[in-house]
Parts: sequence; C-alpha cells; structure tokens
Amino acid sequence: MSEPLTFFEQSPRSPEIAARFPDLHPAFDKTAAVAEANRCLYCFDAPCTTACPTHIDVPRFIKKIASDNLEGSAKTILDSNILGESCSRACPVNVLCEGACVMHRYNKQPIAIARLQRFAMDSLTEAGAGLPFTPAPDTGKSVALIGGGPASLACAAELRRAGIRAVIYDARPLPGGLNTYGVAEYKLTPAASLREIDRIAQLGVEFHLNTTVEAAMLARLESEHDAIFLGVGLGAIHRLGIAGEEMTGITNALDFIADYKRGALTQISGRVAVVGAGNTAIDAANASVRLGAESVTMIYRRGPEQMSAFDFEYEHAKQEGVDFLWHVQPIGLSGNGRIEVLQLERLESSTDGSLIPIPNSAFDLRVEHVILAIGQSTHTDALLANGAAPAKLKLERGRILIDRATGQTSTPKYFAGGDCTNGGREVVDAVADGKRAGIAMAAWILGGANASH
Amino acid sequence: MPATNPTLETTFAGIRCLNPFWLASAPPTNCGEQIMRAFDAGWGGAVWKTIGEPITNVSSRYSSIDYNGTKIMGFNNIELISDRPIETNLREIEEVKRRYPKHVVIASLMVESKRDSWHEIVKRAEGAGADGLELNFGCPHGMSERGMGSAVGQVPEYCQQITEWVKEAAHTPVIVKLTPNISDIRMPARAAKRAGADALSAINTINSITSIDLDTFEPRPNVDGKSSHGGYCGPAVKPIALNMVQQVMSDPSAALPMSAIGGIATWSDAAEFILLGAGTVQVCTAAMHYGYRIVEDMADGLLAWMRRKNFATLDDFRGRSLPNVTEWKHLNLNYKIVAHIHEDKCIGCELCYTACWDGAHQCIHLDRTLPHADTTRTPQSIAAEAPRRITTTPIPKLDLNGPGADGPNLTPLSRIPRVDEHECVGCNLCSLVCPVPDCITMERVDNGLAPQTWDERVAAGIVPEPIEHGVLPNPNA
Repeated sequence: MSEPLTFFEQSPRSPEIAARFPDLHPAFDKTAAVAEANRCLYCFDAPCTTACPTHIDVPRFIKKIASDNLEGSAKTILDSNILGESCSRACPVNVLCEGACVMHRYNKQPIAIARLQRFAMDSLTEAGAGLPFTPAPDTGKSVALIGGGPASLACAAELRRAGIRAVIYDARPLPGGLNTYGVAEYKLTPAASLREIDRIAQLGVEFHLNTTVEAAMLARLESEHDAIFLGVGLGAIHRLGIAGEEMTGITNALDFIADYKRGALTQISGRVAVVGAGNTAIDAANASVRLGAESVTMIYRRGPEQMSAFDFEYEHAKQEGVDFLWHVQPIGLSGNGRIEVLQLERLESSTDGSLIPIPNSAFDLRVEHVILAIGQSTHTDALLANGAAPAKLKLERGRILIDRATGQTSTPKYFAGGDCTNGGREVVDAVADGKRAGIAMAAWILGGANASH
Repeated sequence: MPATNPTLETTFAGIRCLNPFWLASAPPTNCGEQIMRAFDAGWGGAVWKTIGEPITNVSSRYSSIDYNGTKIMGFNNIELISDRPIETNLREIEEVKRRYPKHVVIASLMVESKRDSWHEIVKRAEGAGADGLELNFGCPHGMSERGMGSAVGQVPEYCQQITEWVKEAAHTPVIVKLTPNISDIRMPARAAKRAGADALSAINTINSITSIDLDTFEPRPNVDGKSSHGGYCGPAVKPIALNMVQQVMSDPSAALPMSAIGGIATWSDAAEFILLGAGTVQVCTAAMHYGYRIVEDMADGLLAWMRRKNFATLDDFRGRSLPNVTEWKHLNLNYKIVAHIHEDKCIGCELCYTACWDGAHQCIHLDRTLPHADTTRTPQSIAAEAPRRITTTPIPKLDLNGPGADGPNLTPLSRIPRVDEHECVGCNLCSLVCPVPDCITMERVDNGLAPQTWDERVAAGIVPEPIEHGVLPNPNA
C-alpha cells in the first residue's frame, strides 16, 4: 500500500503561474546570508523581537546563521513561530521587525531579517528535516480546531507539544487557509505553505478537509472534545449593492486570488478595475497585471493618504504599473451579461470627513473585469447561530471577543484567534494568537484535569 | 601658518629611502620581476625573500582565519626561505638595482651557523648591489628545526655571535630581524646591538595553528592530512608588534633604527609604528591579500595626515608616542573618567547595557522611563519581560502605537541606557562596544585629587613595598 500523498505533493503547480509570479524577494545564497547576518548588531532586548507578534529571537537566529549553526537557527525561529517559513515570506516586515531595526538610525539600511529567516527555514527544508520538536506523551485530552489557517495550525502545534490531540476541520480541500489560498503568489506559493503544514502534520495533528462545520456539528464537537479553538477567519468580501453585480467578469479579490493560486486562472485579458485600496486590493491589482491585463485601475473613494494598504504595498503597485482613480465611487454596472462599463462618480470630503458626491461628475470606465476588495464581513454570526452553546460567545463588532493573553472567549471551553478575533491582520498575528491560545488551552485543560483528581 | 608640504623621504640606518614603505621578506619579494612591479606601484623598498641554500617547500603552505565575514584577520604560513638558487636571486638583485637605483633593495639572508658561510653570503649579496642586509633570525617554522631562523633568534648568544660574523664582512648596514617567539624581545635586540648591528626589524611571525577542519579533524594548512605550526601575521598581530617595537625602542641598550613589521596594512598603521620609533615599515600580508596597489593610499593617506598635523618629515613625529608608554606603576591612579551616553546619537541597541552588566561593573541601567531610578533590574529580568508583551502588526491609519508611530528614526527613551556615574569605573567597555561613533564618550571627572601613581604611593608608605623577585614566600615551608 502506498503512503498517502503529503499536502506538498498535492499542491497546485502551474508552470504559467510560476513564470508570471517569480519571487518578489529572491532567496539569499549562503554567502550573502552570512554577510548580512554579520551586519546584525546583536541588540539586547532587540526591538525586532519585540515588534514581532510571535517574538522570534531575531538576533539569536541571525547570529546562528553567522556561526554556521543553521539547524539551531531554524529551531530558534520555530520555537517562537511554527509558521516561520511562511512568515518569512508573507510578513509586512517593513512595519514589523525590519521597521523596528536600529539600523534605521545607524547606517540607514535595516537588516534583511525576512530574507535571513527564509534562508534559515529553507536550510531546514533542504536538509529534509522535520520540526525539531516531538509531541509530549498522550494525555488523553483533545481539542477540535475549526478552520485550518495559521491560527489553528499554530494552536495545534502547541497542543501536540503538550500531548493533546488536535483535530483540524477546514472547508477547503487543502489546509492553510489564506496561507495556501490567499497570499500573493510572488510572496508565498501554495507549495511552500503546504510543505510547512506537512511538518506540523508530522507532530500528529489530524486534518478533516472538505468539511464545513455548521452550528450543529460544532455542538457535537463541543461534546466530544475538551475544548474548541475557533480560527475561522473572516467571511465573504462585501458586495457593492449595485444592480448588475452578477454579471460575468465581476468577482471578488479573495476568489480571484485563490483561483489563480490554484492554477484555475492563468491569464486575464482586457481592462481590470479593482475596487478598494487595502492590501488585498493591491494583491489583486498586481496579480491582474501579472496575469496579462491590458490595464489595471484601482478605484478608491478617498485619497492615497487614507488607503489602508501599507505604504510599501502602494509603492509596489505603482511599480507594477497599476493606475489609480482617487475620490471616486462606483454607481453603476452595465453590460450585456458581461460587464462592459463601470460607472463612477467623483466625491469630495465635507468638513466632517464624510464623502459627498460631486453633482454631474459621473463618468464611465470601460472594463472587462471588476474585482471587488472592499473589506470582508465576519461569518461568526452564521457559525454561532441556532442556539448552540457558542451563541453565548461575546462578540465585538462581529469579532469574537477574547482575552488577548490566552485567547479564551467568554465561554471558557471556547478559545479563538486570528482574523475572526482581530478583524483581519497578518499571518504572524494569527500565529501569535494561535500560539498563545494553544499554550493557554493546554494549561486550562491539563490544569483542570489535575484539579479534578 | 604656511601649509606644510610634507615629504616621505627618509634615511634609515644610512640608507636613503624614497618612502618608508618596504615590502617584507616574503612571497611578494620572491623575484626581481615582482619587486620591479612593486617599485612601479610606489613601494620605496623591498627586502628580498630570504636567500640561502635552496629548500624544498610543501603544498599547501598558507591558511588564515576570518572574522565575522572579513577575510584574513590573521594569516599563517609554513613556507620556507627562497626555493630559488642563490645565484639567480643575486643576479636579479643586480638587475633590479641597475634599473631602480633609487629604490632600496635589502638582501635577507639565512645560512647555516658557520662563520665562513655567513662571510661568503654577505660578500655575494653586497657584490650584487644590495643596499643592506637583513639577517633572518626569526623564521619560526622548518628552518628553526635545522638550527637556523628563530633557533638563532631565540638565543641571544647565537644572535650576537652571528651578527658579529656578519659585521666582520659587511660594508652595508646590517639589520637583525627579531623573532617574537621569546619571552622578552629586548634580550636578542640587546645582543644584536652589542654585536654592532646597524638596525633591527621586528616582528617576524608568531608560532601558530590557525584552525582545525571540523570534518576531517586535520589542521590547516593541510599537507597530506597533517600540518605544522606556522608563522602568524596579518591584522591580528599588530597590537603584539606595536608592543614589541615599543619595548625595544624604549630600551636604550636595545634601541636601533627600527624597521617595523606586523599587521601593517594602512597609512594609519604605519603612523602608529613610526610614533613608536620605527624608521621604516614592512608589509607582507596586506600586499598578499590585495596586491602591491595598496601602497598608493599608504603614501597618500600618511601625507594627508602629516599635512593635517603640520609634520614636514617623518622625523617630526618619529618616536613621539614613546614617552607616553610607561609601566603601570607610573599611571595616575587619581585620574577619573566616566562614560557619557549622548542620547541624540543613541540608536537603542543596548549593547553597552548588556556589556556593562555581564562584562564590567553593572553601572548602566534601563530605567529612564521608570518612575524611579532602578538599579536592580538585571538583563535576565528584562529578557524575561520581553516575551510577555503582546504586539500586533500595526495597520496603517488605524494603529498609532506600532514601531512606525515614533518613526524608525527616533530612539524610544526607554531604550536609551543611563550611566550611573557614581558607580562607573571608567573602564571604556561601553564605548568600545557602542557601534555609533562618539555616542558614548569617556568624560573626565574633576575629583580634586592631585595625580598620584602606585610608585608614588609605595614611596609615600601608603601601600606596602612590592615583594622582590626570588623572595616569594615558599608555600611548602
């Protein structure tokens, strides 16, 4: 009997996508990594470590690269961040570790922490090594984790290290959530995400894929497990609420990104309008350029100073050749079954900051594609409906309210982390949430067990 | 004041030199063709690769150690003296001197310890036109096993004897090259001076094993799985060489015109050796690393520095630092400095903090933003606090407390260490580890005390007399 395929072996591999999305930050070779590692000052209580939500001991792993202790370097990273490989590629390091680097105030060039981290993690992969951790002896306890994204993966790894069974449920065919399906391909490929998850699976984490957990199933899982971790992320992208949204050629950014990452979409023709100006909107716009769009225009109702995308992402989009239409909003969609015209009107800010349409300012933008990236709803409401126990979970603006230090919700048996609790931040924030929750859950479950004996 | 127009021309033990930069006796001076190219590049002189009965070399011959990514901090060789016939070397010396009459060619010599052999080689070298002779009493490997090189240099009597034989025959200046592989370099230096040597050169290479291959467990440089101790040189040995040059030059029984050697690679290295009394400097490792071209900046940089200091000639500053080197007992015990951190320059790396706690006197603290000065928090307690902080990715326009909030160009006050000036002993460590120039300066504290040395305290009866050598109390008595 043959071994079941690893997730890595199941990863989508489209040569065309690979060609269109080469690495944005190519890997260091060893010489370059060591030279860069030697630039690190080895700060005490380093600001980069503080800035990292998972508190990777950055100077320590960097000095291990310099000393040619790559095994120790990878272990240092993984000790704090079990998804250290994907974070090295996906993190917005300009506002995290590299943004905090004291080198900004020294010779102006921060240490290339992300690329060094990737180098250390790649060396682990090249060595064919698994995680440098083993599960603790089985405690007989178990946790169900809803959602297979970074928060649940990090939580599951902590639980396994404490000897607790960890069972992940995810609606998609492959685990990883946005790490596998949602990060811009030039940063993180599904193969890299899945290779990392294979290592976590080796800790004995169980995966139930293609499985949507509804309220009734959640109630069953609650009765079968010692605790539940909710790492369900955010829901669908908001709709415009304009007639014609069902027309061919109109999609949302998350589906669009997942489609090309799966290899289901390998090129795009014609003109593209991306509505929204967050990081996801930028990812969709850049992807459109790379997939061959004739032109790509981002549509935003405010100005560049208000966009929620990171500055470096905005700069990247400009370099990719994306055009911007500021202070406009869609007011109509027209076409003959397929989108042909996006009708826009200009806006101005009133003194109280609200946006007011400028009369008679409407104009047409001829497009073949419209991609919506105007924020995501939460889908906790659906999950928590129907009177199941978690209906008691306290929410805040649709987000699950947690104790930040433990991830525990208002219902003690339920813990949560990641986008469903923070409204949508970064992979590394989800990992940090999952890690804290995993440690706290193990203490809660095992401490409770001890107390009862 | 009129701008000085300094010159590098100098006279060394009677030898006129275009500049003080000589190539040391080593692979860069192996043959005439090399030396003529070196003269074209700007070198003022060359000490020929040691001439003697041709030897057989091994391969490999060199190894080195790197430091934090910088190549060749220290260099090691197990190469012997010239492997070329004596007559070839002498013929080429003749040719070089004919074509470069103003450049200095010194013949480095090593023959068996017999009076006739030395007389003969001296005559032949001078016959070829050498401007001077350097006696290689320093080579620490191979030749020493055959009773030559450092086997001579380590025994002052041998050193004196051979120098005397050479002086019987020599008409040109005789330079004795000293080995550092000895407890007190002044002993062979005095022996050479007693024998009538005209000059000294120091230091030769230091006995060393540069490294062990961690896969094969074999030392480097590897010769069929084995190695032998080699001569260590390069930037790493400069402080040792500076000390030994000073030791000799401060000793009236030893001091002679000194051609300094040891880790010299730049004009500033050269200036330091000249300040300790050197007449010329000899370079090898740096030329092996980067080629003869390095001499251009050595000359250019030294002239620029001389202009800034208003020195017209090398003599204007030669030996100028010698009076400033003294024995510890003559240092002022009442001189007090303390570290001062210039907050505007601090980048918040906190290297001074951890260095002071673990490597010095626990008088730098991270308490500027605490309600009260707190000298009890240790690096361990601060490190334990760090992982408990919850941080998130700052989302632009929403989060104001991320690392971008202060801008990466402003060091948070909490990261700027504070020096407890009452406890600071003025050791310099923090200022040495600080990566930022002039961020930590050592400031003099006026303690109102007149200068006083240990020697003076002993003389005043404040502290007991030192125990004389040879009268240490016998622990077995």
